Amino acid sequence: MTLASQLIQYLFTGLTLGSIYALVALGFTMIYNATGIINLAQGEFVMLGGLIMVFCTMILKLPLFLGFVLTIIGVTLVGILFERLAIHPLKNASLITLIMITLAGSILFRGVAMFLWGKDPYALPPFSGSRPVHFLGATIQLQIFWILAITLLAVLGIGFFFNRTLAGKAMIACAFNPLAAGLVGINVRRMVLFSFGLSAGVGAIAGAIITPITLMEYDRGPLLGLKGFAAAVLGGLGSGVGSIVAGFIIGILESMGAGLISSGYKDAIALVVLLMILWVKPSGLFGSAEESELKKF
Amino acid sequence: MTEQVLRVQSFEKSFGGLRAIEALDFTVAAGQIKSFIGPNGAGKTTLFNLVTGILPPTAGTFEFAGRTLNGLKPHAIARLGISRTFQNLELFGNMTALENVMLGRHSRTAAGIFSAGLRLPGMRREERQIKEKALEELRFMGLENKAMMGATSLPLGEQKLLEIARALATQPKLLLLDEPAAGLNMRETVKLSETILRIRERGITVMLVEHDMSLVMEISDEVLVLNYGRKIAEGRPKEIQRHPDVIAAYLGEETQNA
Amino acid sequence: MRKSDYYPILLMALAVILFPLLAGGNGYFISLLVFMGINGLISMGLSLLMGYAGQISLGHAAFYGIGAYSSGILTTKYSFHPVGAFFIGILFSALIAFLVGKPTLRLKGHYMAVATLGFGEILFIVFNELSPLTGGPSGLSGIPPLTFFGHPLEGAAYFYLVWGFVIFLLLFSLNVINSRVGRALRAVHGSELAANAMGVDASRYKVQVFVLSAIYASMAGSLYAHFVTFISPNSFSLMFSILLLMMVVVGGTETIWGALLGATVLTLLPEYLRGLEDFEVLAYGAILMGVLLFMPRGILQGIRGLLGKRGEVGVPSP
Repeated sequence: MTLASQLIQYLFTGLTLGSIYALVALGFTMIYNATGIINLAQGEFVMLGGLIMVFCTMILKLPLFLGFVLTIIGVTLVGILFERLAIHPLKNASLITLIMITLAGSILFRGVAMFLWGKDPYALPPFSGSRPVHFLGATIQLQIFWILAITLLAVLGIGFFFNRTLAGKAMIACAFNPLAAGLVGINVRRMVLFSFGLSAGVGAIAGAIITPITLMEYDRGPLLGLKGFAAAVLGGLGSGVGSIVAGFIIGILESMGAGLISSGYKDAIALVVLLMILWVKPSGLFGSAEESELKKF
Repeated sequence: MTEQVLRVQSFEKSFGGLRAIEALDFTVAAGQIKSFIGPNGAGKTTLFNLVTGILPPTAGTFEFAGRTLNGLKPHAIARLGISRTFQNLELFGNMTALENVMLGRHSRTAAGIFSAGLRLPGMRREERQIKEKALEELRFMGLENKAMMGATSLPLGEQKLLEIARALATQPKLLLLDEPAAGLNMRETVKLSETILRIRERGITVMLVEHDMSLVMEISDEVLVLNYGRKIAEGRPKEIQRHPDVIAAYLGEETQNA
Repeated sequence: MRKSDYYPILLMALAVILFPLLAGGNGYFISLLVFMGINGLISMGLSLLMGYAGQISLGHAAFYGIGAYSSGILTTKYSFHPVGAFFIGILFSALIAFLVGKPTLRLKGHYMAVATLGFGEILFIVFNELSPLTGGPSGLSGIPPLTFFGHPLEGAAYFYLVWGFVIFLLLFSLNVINSRVGRALRAVHGSELAANAMGVDASRYKVQVFVLSAIYASMAGSLYAHFVTFISPNSFSLMFSILLLMMVVVGGTETIWGALLGATVLTLLPEYLRGLEDFEVLAYGAILMGVLLFMPRGILQGIRGLLGKRGEVGVPSP
């Protein structure tokens, strides 16, 4: 393969990874926007999405679309349950406790996954067959186009929700000032609940679409979550657009790095980006420094 | 000429488009009690935050005992001899009253991690001195009986006095009191004004932000009035009370239309 | 050290001296207690950082690993004397903690947590990838045991060594807590704003306590390496960092005793959970959640509450 076609290969891999990181980052951003907390269990929503999708299509033998919908509903319910049982009771707790409860949640989800599915990775058949497409010398799986398309739809859907619907704007209001939001009639509790459900759903989508390519196992969550968080911070925590853009940036960086430099250290790339951003400009590419000073955490 | 403890020149502080402080000049003379008054939002606490280094001024300079303080971090400014209390009490709720005041001695002492961990004789001697001085300040404020109680378990009035004791423990040359009388009843306020006078007797210069006018007028040597971040009057209490601009600022346009 | 700490320490010292005699020759129990001590060292350092200074680290396994690998690599590949390797490990840990701590401890809450998380993961990857040096995923073996004038330290002797460290560092920590430095750390936790205003250089102290906690972890790592003589990156993973966190939180962040209690309990726990196999991770998560929801001040405070004792003065819950 020529260098050019290699680069194209890496680019598409990068876009694939980037889609997932973008969706995870979006999940972080939504919960952060509504509650001001970082949900360290975000990666687990992705993991559950992948594994439940496997269960629906491979065990229950349900048609793809039905399985997809059920997976999203299932993980959304998990997210809602998580908020009700673990987050809401601790709403006035200290920062360390809040961080730990999402951490505990992630461990719990991982434990449940390990119990139900064991430690082995599971595969899903690609959504429309496994014949790859050839493009300028690079071999590209069709699944990648599914991933990009579904990601685009999800992003547009969420963008529409936050910018055009009352419920979406209400959610944003809650993070800035829950007291004021409550006083103007916004049901803050419901918004918080909603944000967890939405983030879980988005995570589930990411998990379901990526599993045909990367497989899924019970402990994929933490690293995915970290990289997604790196994207969220790079984009500017709180900026939906930033999350998406940054997700793709990190995905492409990682893919290029893995291909051109070293594949052993590829996971470290996103993490180093994370540290650099946090150390140099925590408000990220699209956030404002003043605004990040004002945020509670 | 009396020694100038603090000199502020052309102070300006903007937050984005909002000018919190504008074109502010003043000095504070040694041994003075100088009060800063003005309607809410006039910039008084911002001024305190500037002088103690918590916020950097957008423009202007400030000097303390002849030394420029611009760019210094709060702990460095505290070390030089400026200390303060807070409008919204910032006691260390995780420590006793005594420990809060002992913390005040931090910048006047030196024991590091190793001499502390190994409890070397020098450190033990220093600890004893810290404890003694802290108890002295608690006695000065009338709180010696509350030494072992949790700082935030004390009634509000005593918490305010505790914060003063802590600030005094730093051995300041200049003490900034940010609304010390807020939330105090009459009796406590009287005790407070006596306390401030006793602080002055120790040779400490005092800058006071207060809304309680009787307190201000009673103990201040000088009063500076701020409105919308600008100085509109400065002088002895009696002059300020009669100053038309001050009256207008406080009462608004109603008096003019009356 | 306060007067109230005097008796517990004496009791503990007594227990430490007696235990190997009571345990007879039971190597398993003695090993378990050695691990308890090693974990106790790390969690005491974390307690200083989190409980007293109010900061957070989700990547402390990294410093544990640096200590272990320094001792392991230097004694196996470069024939260093274990004591020399021990101190170099400390130096390394301290240096890295300083370099990482300075920019990280400036961050607020969640950002600090995730930065430490990222740092821990990066180091985990490094341990795995630097195979020529660390042995990669297959680990590093043949680490020489410690010797005392020619006699190898194992079993009960190692137990005394480790718990000797624990008692020394416990005393050291208690002294620091009740000193000018300790007050400064607690002040930073109570109100960083006021601490700075009273002359405490909060940033400097935050980094100092971070470095100190890294040194504790490094010492534990070195002791670990010479005890098990084989180390691999899996011992220094995210799960272990979280376990360390659990030790401090479950035990109780309010006092350093809580951390020791947490270390004891959470070293025993995996032994019991191992039998559960598939349930293991699930049980961890459930226990952690349970403690956070129902006993947020930790087990120690829970026990004290049952005994009717008043808690420590006005300390905010974790």
